[in-house]
Amino acid sequence: MSSLFNDDSLKSIAEAYEKYEKELVPEWLKKLPERMEEFNTLSWIPVKRIYTPLDIKDHDYMEKLGFPGEYPFTRGIHATMYRARLWTMRMFSGFGGPEETNQRLLFLIKHGETGLSLAFDYPTLIGIDPDDPMAEGEVGIVGVSVPTIIDMDIIFRNIDMSTVTTNMTINPPAPVLLSFYVAVAESKGVPRHKIGGTTQNDPLKEFIAQKSYVFPPEPAVKVAMDLIEWSIKNIPKWNPISISGYHIREAGSTAVQELAFTIADGIEYVRQLTARGLDVDEFAPRLSFFWDSHINFFEEIAKFRAARRMWAKIMRDWFGARKKRSLWMRFHTQTAGVSLMAQQPWINIVRTAIEALAAVLGGTQSLHTNSFDEPFRVPSEFAAKIALRTQQIIAYETGVVDTIDPCGGSYFVEWLTDEIEERAWKYIDRIERMGGMLEAVKKGFPQREIAEASYRFQQEVDAGKRVIVGVNMFVEEEEEDIRKVPLLEFNQEEIEERQKQRVKRIRSERDKARWSTALSNLKRAASRGENIMPYVLEAVKAKATIGEIMGALKEVYGVYVEPPIY
Amino acid sequence: MSSLQSISEEIKAKRPLKVLVAKLGIDGHDRGAKVIARALKDAGFEVVYTGIRQTPEQVVMSAIQEDVDVIGISILSGAHIHHVKKLMEKLKEIGADDIPVVVGGTIPLVDIEPLKKMGVKEVFLPGSSLKTIIETVRRLAIEKREKEKLLT
Repeated sequence: MSSLFNDDSLKSIAEAYEKYEKELVPEWLKKLPERMEEFNTLSWIPVKRIYTPLDIKDHDYMEKLGFPGEYPFTRGIHATMYRARLWTMRMFSGFGGPEETNQRLLFLIKHGETGLSLAFDYPTLIGIDPDDPMAEGEVGIVGVSVPTIIDMDIIFRNIDMSTVTTNMTINPPAPVLLSFYVAVAESKGVPRHKIGGTTQNDPLKEFIAQKSYVFPPEPAVKVAMDLIEWSIKNIPKWNPISISGYHIREAGSTAVQELAFTIADGIEYVRQLTARGLDVDEFAPRLSFFWDSHINFFEEIAKFRAARRMWAKIMRDWFGARKKRSLWMRFHTQTAGVSLMAQQPWINIVRTAIEALAAVLGGTQSLHTNSFDEPFRVPSEFAAKIALRTQQIIAYETGVVDTIDPCGGSYFVEWLTDEIEERAWKYIDRIERMGGMLEAVKKGFPQREIAEASYRFQQEVDAGKRVIVGVNMFVEEEEEDIRKVPLLEFNQEEIEERQKQRVKRIRSERDKARWSTALSNLKRAASRGENIMPYVLEAVKAKATIGEIMGALKEVYGVYVEPPIY
Repeated sequence: MSSLQSISEEIKAKRPLKVLVAKLGIDGHDRGAKVIARALKDAGFEVVYTGIRQTPEQVVMSAIQEDVDVIGISILSGAHIHHVKKLMEKLKEIGADDIPVVVGGTIPLVDIEPLKKMGVKEVFLPGSSLKTIIETVRRLAIEKREKEKLLT
């Protein structure tokens, strides 16, 4: 036993606490009432006036916290954390065509970014070519257009793919984009064991929140598991999945729902992979996570700590993982896009800084900081640089990185970590009773829970119960500031035309026989239920486009249409 | 009660004001659309929500088939100029440009004027209150019903 407090001291604290609440506080309240009747977090967890040892009196230190690098990893997954290595500063970037994005990546690298993260445009995200009628007007706006291996090659001009790691936020077409990446790296002579990065490749949260789904849930999960299985055997440094809470949160969930649904997604994937006959310790060390860091500061820190503890427990006790690395919840974090406002946009810089600080105090392995101009458009260089500098200030000026888990031991943070964990377990229990997350998603359970929470939140904002500075308090009538924001300018129509022409040229110049064999082999493999990855890789090398590869797969797997429920 | 108010009450009494909430283009950000759909419903509107990935043609067809009083478009992909232009052209082409259109999403200020020139009645940026949106939609719907009344 490693109890934190002895009975005698708890007793005297309890007496003093009672005196405080019953005598001192009422006296003060008579003079000045508190600002609100009830204080609560963004997950509607009530927050008390003060937290004391009484709130964590039963804590067994070794069981709940332990040491960084040791089970249950509450305080961090590495023994030395940021004292040895800072998080990777990884800015989610991409716009226009591959040329524009290559320039942006080189700009960020020059200013101290330490990892890459590609943002794709909508046509790429749902796996259609730039000359598909559905892509009209969408090419290159929210990210970079990457319909072929040639585009990926241009993005990585003058970038060393043997040392840099690249995250790709891509889901249904993840096998295609990963194949582009691997094929380009190989063409540059990078050995497979040096290819490092992440594919998001998290299909369940597409149905729950992000909505860039293509295939129905079952084949979508199958394809994602194909990618994971292929990656652990062929590109061992790759993180083949980033189990993502971010989009769940952005879609309006609470922190508790984000935590619970994401972990439930993770449980489903572990089950799917073990059902394929894979050993848990073979793939678990390559699973990675992705969280949102929102504005309710301590709730976020507590969420990150609870997440690590829960995942370690699940992997050890539910799935019998033996390797220490299998128990690690490694994660990327992004500050909350939804917390950015169009009103008085400059103050978004401050919101992002606070959210980034929570992510660092929560022990993230990698971080993206949003730019203040993102309520309007993808960021300008100027805005992206401020966002990157925000991370650098936290890392090099504030000193918060000098000791590990500095919030550990705070009565409030420890209590909140427990509370969030307990509430998340309740959700996981419900999902387990439904037969796991795949079934819960098909029933629309997480979707409905999120819609409820986001509606409730918006009503509170409208009623003034949730303050958003510049939106429902300290509002400025004349929004001169907005007009002063220097937005990123690029000629979208010209880029769309260039991307259309390039894909047409590639189609006309490629080896037709190799291309058509590759696509028919892919289709056959998909209909036989084989792992599609080797066939996708051959298809991209044969210069098949993303739209052609996804088209072939759609013929086999079908296309998902969501019932429009609100 | 003013005469305008009494006309409005009379109009609403016949059948509830009806709104189409539509996601135009291929972006999947449906949080806002769903919240607005629900808020309008709670405010007494009849709401039809299209779901995501709608083409301008599909939106126009739904608006006509459902005989709505207002079309509310949600776009967070930055492709608003392109898609809304097509939508307005289609509405005109089919003679349904009497249905007022409002647009919400991540829209730069410089794009508000061009959208209004196309005929969009109102543009809502991130941070717009539900109350403002509901009131605007109600006003536009009533105006449309009143025009219809004058025509018949």
